[in-house]
Amino acid sequence: MKVLVPIKRVVDFTVKVRVKSDSSGVDLDNVKMSMNPFDEIAVEEAIRLKERGIVTEIVTVSIGSPACQETLRTAMAMGADRSILIESENGLEPLAIAKLLKTVVLKENPQVVILGKQAIDDDSNQTGQLLAGLLDWPQATFASKLEMTNGKAVVTREIDGGLETLEVTLPAVITTDLRLNEPRYTTLPNIMKAKKRPLDILKVADLQIDIAPRLTTLKVEAPRPRKAGIRVASVEELITKLRDEAKVI
Amino acid sequence: MSILVLAEHDNVALKPATQHTITAGSKISEKGGNLEVHVLVIGEDAQGVAQASARVAGVNKVFLADAPHFGAQTAEAVCAQVLQHIQVGDYSHVLAPATTFGKNVLPRIAARLDVQQISGIIDVLAVDTFVRPIYAGNALATVQSATDPIKVLTVLSTGFAAAAVAEGNATVEPVREIVNDASGTRLLGRQLSGGEKLELTAARVVVSGGRGLQKAENFKLLEALAAKLNAAVGASRAAVDAGYVPNDYQVGQTGKIVAPDLYIAVGISGAIQHLAGMRDSKVIVAINKDPDAPIFQVADYGLVGDALEILPRLTAQL
Repeated sequence: MKVLVPIKRVVDFTVKVRVKSDSSGVDLDNVKMSMNPFDEIAVEEAIRLKERGIVTEIVTVSIGSPACQETLRTAMAMGADRSILIESENGLEPLAIAKLLKTVVLKENPQVVILGKQAIDDDSNQTGQLLAGLLDWPQATFASKLEMTNGKAVVTREIDGGLETLEVTLPAVITTDLRLNEPRYTTLPNIMKAKKRPLDILKVADLQIDIAPRLTTLKVEAPRPRKAGIRVASVEELITKLRDEAKVI
Repeated sequence: MSILVLAEHDNVALKPATQHTITAGSKISEKGGNLEVHVLVIGEDAQGVAQASARVAGVNKVFLADAPHFGAQTAEAVCAQVLQHIQVGDYSHVLAPATTFGKNVLPRIAARLDVQQISGIIDVLAVDTFVRPIYAGNALATVQSATDPIKVLTVLSTGFAAAAVAEGNATVEPVREIVNDASGTRLLGRQLSGGEKLELTAARVVVSGGRGLQKAENFKLLEALAAKLNAAVGASRAAVDAGYVPNDYQVGQTGKIVAPDLYIAVGISGAIQHLAGMRDSKVIVAINKDPDAPIFQVADYGLVGDALEILPRLTAQL
């Protein structure tokens, strides 16, 4: 069974981004970039399925600038077999990404696509569901447990009220939540090995997919800052403040 | 043209997140010159949900698509029925709450409509212009959707007040054509935390615990405080990952986003991702033994000290 894992290169989760002074976006110059943490979980899950003998090949795909090669190499150092980069200089919207991924799916024919539930930069939480809709495949989002048997996946999902278990017929799209696994660290020998694994580079224009943006970002602003708070010295003082000053209890 | 709000419910009760979404719909309606707001309830034996929806202020019409195959509300089944409804109706907007329900279902619908969804809006500036947080709430983007014929939006409850119940008296119409998408998805079961637990996103007061509580048992101290304050209990990712509480307690960028009148963070250091889920609370209290913890930077009242020692005293004195 082949699994396709789409991954996104994003601002590292430890970085607190700053809005540009001209309100055109956030400042990404010299900011640390990493694999989207949810996608890292997706790569790890694919590797575990391969280690259990369920998956035979893991293909990772990324869409973005040439720097995404580094992110794909990381995925291969973790254990992915080969990678595809669709080079695009402009940031693309989730629908365009899903359309590009659909063409990759139709060419690669994976039995399952596993990807992060959300990218931590634009926080859209759409791509997996969009892809499932475009392919008319079943979807199981926000997975915290995954088992595969006889052409089916049994997926435990994190939902607002607790957990839900779905059985989906493959091929299907699965998106990962935080508790699915803890991704492994890459080791130096594996990083060296990953340099030799195949990485195909395609130009987005060659795929002839309509990726024109549908949305216009008019401005990007910092949220209103909270006014500075105070330290209280005791439980008694805290209660007095909440009662008499803030009037919330 | 009308605005369609997809109701979130459990076949028995309407979820409060729907009322917030209806308010967003009403706001779009005002900007668009009084468009009608319709609510679509898709479920099994969900007549009560439809009737509850009809009483929500601002709702003009409720449609009920009731069938056994909607009981589980899988994305595939809900998507097929919404598409059918949009085809026969005349809709300019489709809205759902930005909860795990709406996040799961709505992008699938957007894909079929060939529309770029806008996720998690917190404000409506015009019929096609919305504000949404990005980068864990560290930036607010104003986004215009000029070309897509239907706007598909998920709505964050923190941006809109809940529309009042009992004011409205909309009509309830059964949907004529029920679509059965016999897709390859089957619900095997649910494990809901349930019980008497107050809903995090609807509570006026939230008390949350982090790794500083040290073990699952110590959440009892937090629950005692919550009971005194009639508060919902939340947690940081660290506390959920450590297994102190179930996943549905998590407050943060990728968990629940809350904005109660009072948020008390106990033993939570305040990672960017956690702050994203609670920074819009009216009053924030932080209790942490580390005086340099980032949570103090957003707190209105900070108390430095051992959470396990402070919690029982706080509960006793309230």
